[in-house]
Amino acid sequence: MWGFLARRLATILPTVLLVSMLIFGLQQLLPGDPAKILAGEEQDPQVIAYLRARLHLDEPLPVRYAYWMGGVLQGDLGESVRTQQAVLDLVIQKLPVTVELGLLAMLIALLIGVPSGIVCAVGRGGVWDTVANAFALWGLSTPNFWLGILMILLFSVQLGWLPASGYVSPFEDLRANLAAMIMPAFVLGNAIAAVLMRHTRSAMLQVLSSDYVRTARAKGLRETTVVLKHAFRNALTPIITLGALELGTLLSGAVLTEQVFSIPGFGKLIVDAVFNRDYAVVQGVVLITATTYITLNLLADLAAFAVNPRLRP
Amino acid sequence: MTSVLTSSSPWARALRKLLRRRAAVFGLAVVVIFVLLASLAPWLATHDPLATSWSALRKAPSAEHWFGTDEIGRDVFSRVVWGTRASLLAGVVSVSISLLLGVPLGLLAGFVGGAVDQFISRLTDAFLACPFLILAIALAAFLGPSLTNAMMAIGVSATPVFVRLTRAQVRDVKVEDYIEAARALGNPPWRVAFRHVLPNVTAPLIVQSTLAVASAVIAEASLSFLGLGQQPPAPSWGSMLNTAKNFVDQAPWMAIWPGLSIFALVLAFNLLGDGLRDALDPRQR
Repeated sequence: MWGFLARRLATILPTVLLVSMLIFGLQQLLPGDPAKILAGEEQDPQVIAYLRARLHLDEPLPVRYAYWMGGVLQGDLGESVRTQQAVLDLVIQKLPVTVELGLLAMLIALLIGVPSGIVCAVGRGGVWDTVANAFALWGLSTPNFWLGILMILLFSVQLGWLPASGYVSPFEDLRANLAAMIMPAFVLGNAIAAVLMRHTRSAMLQVLSSDYVRTARAKGLRETTVVLKHAFRNALTPIITLGALELGTLLSGAVLTEQVFSIPGFGKLIVDAVFNRDYAVVQGVVLITATTYITLNLLADLAAFAVNPRLRP
Repeated sequence: MTSVLTSSSPWARALRKLLRRRAAVFGLAVVVIFVLLASLAPWLATHDPLATSWSALRKAPSAEHWFGTDEIGRDVFSRVVWGTRASLLAGVVSVSISLLLGVPLGLLAGFVGGAVDQFISRLTDAFLACPFLILAIALAAFLGPSLTNAMMAIGVSATPVFVRLTRAQVRDVKVEDYIEAARALGNPPWRVAFRHVLPNVTAPLIVQSTLAVASAVIAEASLSFLGLGQQPPAPSWGSMLNTAKNFVDQAPWMAIWPGLSIFALVLAFNLLGDGLRDALDPRQR
């Protein structure tokens, strides 16, 4: 276990370093002098001079990167040019909202995707298989912001059951929080459910045709025991590893979903930052997102390792 | 057409297989319809997509305005028809950028190997570590909002997938006997790579490209929805949905048609891609 973790970390560290260079390099794409762009409309020479010094713009690129990375390692991701708040504080402020949305969405995706994948594999070619495959195609082809608008149209405008927007903290009022989060979570989970269903189906199909499943059936075990205990457990490894890749879809989708439902999470933070030309915030959020994604994938690898003893040396 | 269908080159066989799959043919037909809509937009649109009319604000669909009108009285049908151009263009141009960047890099990494491969692969990993849309948003933010920049951002963000795919395919193919033979005949490495290896890795690239067009169409619509793609007043499905969101209680038709168009186009490319995979690349099943 520890050796495996060490090996994985050894490949991850250079990746994280390269990611940080890429994100820092984004600055080079800005047309013209970053200090002038960051200074905004007024173009106050004092502000420009301050920003040049603050961002070390007179130094060569590698030196600037070293300054920036040095700060990042100490938790200093720079500050917002608009509000002067530290980027890290802004992210920490917004993150819990997105984490709640992500967890609810993943829960919905798992509850829909995995059971329907199993049902499909067991009844391959049957009615349920066809229905679920159609659902998967729908899930993969529907832009989630459109699905969000349609759900608002149905559940908020027509039926009046759920609020169209307005986030409430779960610590203030859990019921109101869930009422505001259920639609966004479903919208975000929908596409991931489709992918999970496809992975579960193909993993289960592969396992169900193996010899030990035939043996388990020949022993006279009940079909549910065979499917859930013998087959599913072994299909779990590819489901976890491939499912973890969908965490990227989850993070990307959160940006759009939060925009549709006006949820004040980190997706809203990055979109607002883009429009305010608050580049330090954009860089900070992308860096944290990428690091989170890498970490979650590492955790998924460890989980796959835990459920599958054969991966152990 | 008949000569293609009766000859038995691998491509003709693949085409026959593709045409036997109903879902794929349906996808192909929908794609063709959208291509026609995009190219014939000036003749098919019933109104000027930019013309506002203060006497027809948020009018429900009627004989005059088939899909209704938007918040400043523009004809939604005409805007959807013209918007097809932005979406198709974004899909095709982005994926072309990914192919132009990704295939040579993947070929280089897979064919040369060693330190070159290490460098390209680590760089690919770093790009893949940023979620696709977040990377595209960041790129579009720094490049500035416009359809061209959105296409570049999507193209660059989607490149790593093509690098990986090409690299893996090239590594499989380059150990085959016929490549050994081409080398033994004294062909220079670049000629072996381009004349002998590349043609043998195209099938999975075609499949991946088709599916990538579907993702690129969604990505362009997403960026436009966020305001980072096609800039108003030029019509694009994503930006139409962005406005429609604010009027969903008064003018739901503004949201239905652009969304349905994105869905149909993306579904069509996904069906076509799945069909191509079955026809060209039986190993991936």
